[in-house]
Formats: sequence, C-alpha cells, structure tokens
Amino acid sequence: MKQQELPLFEVFLRSQRGLDHRHVGSLHAEDPEQALEYARDVYLRRSEGVSIWVVRSGDITASQESDVASFYDPMDDKPYRHATHYKLPKEVDNM
Amino acid sequence: MVNQDNDNDPRLVAFENKVAADQRIEPKDWIPDAFRKTVLRQMSQHAHSEVIGMQPEGNWITRAPTLRRKLILLAKIQDEGGHGLYLYSAAETLGTSREEMVKALHEGKAKYASIFNYPALTWADMGAIGWLVDGAAIVNQVSLQRTSYGPYARAMVRICKEESFHQRQGYESIMALAQGSKEQKEMAQDALDRWWWPSLMMFGPHDSDSAHSGRSMHWKLKRESNDVLRQRFVDQTVPQAKFLGLEIPDPDLRWNEGSGRHDFGEIDWDEFQRVIHGDGPCNRQRLSHHVQAHEDGRWVRDAMRAYESKRQARQVA
Ligand SMILES: [Fe+2]
Ligand SMILES: [Fe+2]
Repeated sequence: MKQQELPLFEVFLRSQRGLDHRHVGSLHAEDPEQALEYARDVYLRRSEGVSIWVVRSGDITASQESDVASFYDPMDDKPYRHATHYKLPKEVDNM
Repeated sequence: MVNQDNDNDPRLVAFENKVAADQRIEPKDWIPDAFRKTVLRQMSQHAHSEVIGMQPEGNWITRAPTLRRKLILLAKIQDEGGHGLYLYSAAETLGTSREEMVKALHEGKAKYASIFNYPALTWADMGAIGWLVDGAAIVNQVSLQRTSYGPYARAMVRICKEESFHQRQGYESIMALAQGSKEQKEMAQDALDRWWWPSLMMFGPHDSDSAHSGRSMHWKLKRESNDVLRQRFVDQTVPQAKFLGLEIPDPDLRWNEGSGRHDFGEIDWDEFQRVIHGDGPCNRQRLSHHVQAHEDGRWVRDAMRAYESKRQARQVA
C-alpha cells in the first residue's frame, strides 16, 4: 500500500511583539495543531519568536510574476505618488 | 469574554505588566474589556475619518485646474481610501466586523474627525487641506506609530510612509497660489483663514477636559497628549505660513522666547462641541453621502456573493 503524504503547512513567526509575522519555512503535519507543535520544534528552538502561525499551503492563493503585468508595473509614470516629486524651497523642505 | 474587569484577575495583572514594560499587545492576548472598547473606538473613529475625509477633496476632482493637479488629487484620495482599509482590518482583529463599524457610523454612534464637516469652498482649499489637515494628521499619526496595540501601530507605520506626499503636494499647491496673482493670493489666505482653527481642533479637547485621555495615556494607546501634539503642530506650521507670506488668523499668536514655543489663542470650544455633536456645516451631507454610496454599492456586493455561492455549488456537484 502506498503511504499517503501528510499535507504541507507554511510557518510564520513573530520574532517579537509589535512586529509582523514573517514566513520562515514549511513542514508536513497531520493537522494544524500538530503543525504548530512541529513548527515549535523545528523553527523555535532558540527563542526565535513569540507567536507562530501555520496555514495549509494549499490554502494560499499566490500570484506569479508573469501572470499579471500590472501587479508589478513600477508605475514609473506616476512619480507624483512619491514625496520626493514635490520640490520645495529649503526653508520649508523638512515636511 | 469577561465583561467586568476584576482588579485581582491574574490576566489583568499580566496585561498591565506588558503595557508597563512597553510591550505591544497583540490580537490573541487576553485584554480587559475596557481596553478593547477604547482601542476599538479609537481605531474605528480613525478609519471612518480616512473614508469620510475623501469627500471634501472628492468635491474638486472634476474641477482641478490642470491635469497634473487632477492626477495628484486622485492619487491622494485613493491613498485615503486605502488608509481606511488598513484601519478597518486592524480593528477587525478585535473580533468586530466591518459591517458593525459602518452600521455604527450610519446610526451616528461612531464619530469621525470633526474637520471633515467643513466644506471645501474653493480650489485653494485643496492646498490648505493637504498642508494643514494632513499636516496635523501626520503629527498625530507619527506619535501613534508607538501605540500599544500592535495591529494599530503597524497600520500607522504604513500610513505614515504615504502621508508625506499628501502634505507636500498640498503645500506646493497653495504655494503656487500664494506666489500667484493678487486674487490667487487672496484665495490662499481665505483658505488658511477657514482651515486654521478646525485644524487645531483636530487634536481634541485640552488635556484637562479630555474624557478619554487619562486612560488612553495609561494604556499607552495615546503616547503624547492632545496639547503637546497641538503645540508641535503650531510650532512647525508658523514658519511655513510665514514663508508663503500668509497670515495665520490668530491675533494672540506670538513667539515666546522664554518657553521656546509659540503662544496662541484659545480655540472656540463651543464651535468644536457643536460640530462634534452633529451641527457643523456639512455633518448631515457627509453622512447621507456615505449612506448613499454604501447603498449604491450593495448590488456589487450581492452579485459577488451570488457568484461565489454558485461557484461553490458547482464544485460540490
Ligand atoms: Fe490618511
Ligand atoms: Fe493623508
């Protein structure tokens, strides 16, 4: 009998209070609870974080760089969205 | 959920210790009910302000004097809608829904910044709003980047990155008028005359009269007091007005050598109370416009939901 593979989970860690969770890697587990425990063992052995998120990889919808050009258009034709576009005299330039 | 906060609750002690140690409070932490109410009121009020604040500026998009100014104004208003989104979703981490917050706004139970109840009467107001209203908002928001509720603080960091363009475009725009013809300069002065005092009111009542300040400061939701922030705004704005050759409409405004700050006149607190309680020049208009826009968009939300449930039904079949 072919052994069924466990589902893949993505792991996110908050390194300290106040910061966003960041993706650190992935692992296989039976269910979210087990994934949390594995994540603690694999990614948190040296107090790398204070909070863990796990999410089934299959539940992530991701864009591809090639999919939608407009997602990654640097919008170079819209320089007015940047503060540096506005040249102010030096007396008032500190705003 | 505990409704009555008990002083001896060890969870409360742990919470207070985190705040005292300057740690951020994060969504899954236990929090006292009063903290939840306070931070929710502050965030929803802030989110509503971003969204209602799109109205006075939206009023001028079609009448911008040049294509460049029109593109800038559109980009700024688009940012403000995004700021509303960042704040609503930060507030949703407290277990409330967007629908509930919008409903509270429509029923008059939730407030937004009173400044957006003033009308934008001339093109010069677009410059004055960016310079003064966004300028005042930035002073407040920079301080809130260190607020104790993590999702709120992170939303503030994102917002502050985008705000600098708002203030600079406003100043550049009003500078063009201040350095223009006699009529243009008068228009700029008139805008400053009308927006100055409402901008000072944005910081709220005096510390001594502020109903919620003590608690918010204790919990580090607010990091600096209303009066401290207002003074900072005055001190930074006076030289900017002087550079434009415009006069701030306050006969009591003067540099105080001793304190190293500007002294300034008293705000008309009766007007402040009137506008807060619904009797400003545009309160009814702002709210009814928001209600109507929300209703007008209902068919889009309904259609999206209908499409999604059809798609799911097809997948099951
Ligand atoms: Fe904003
Ligand atoms: Fe802004």
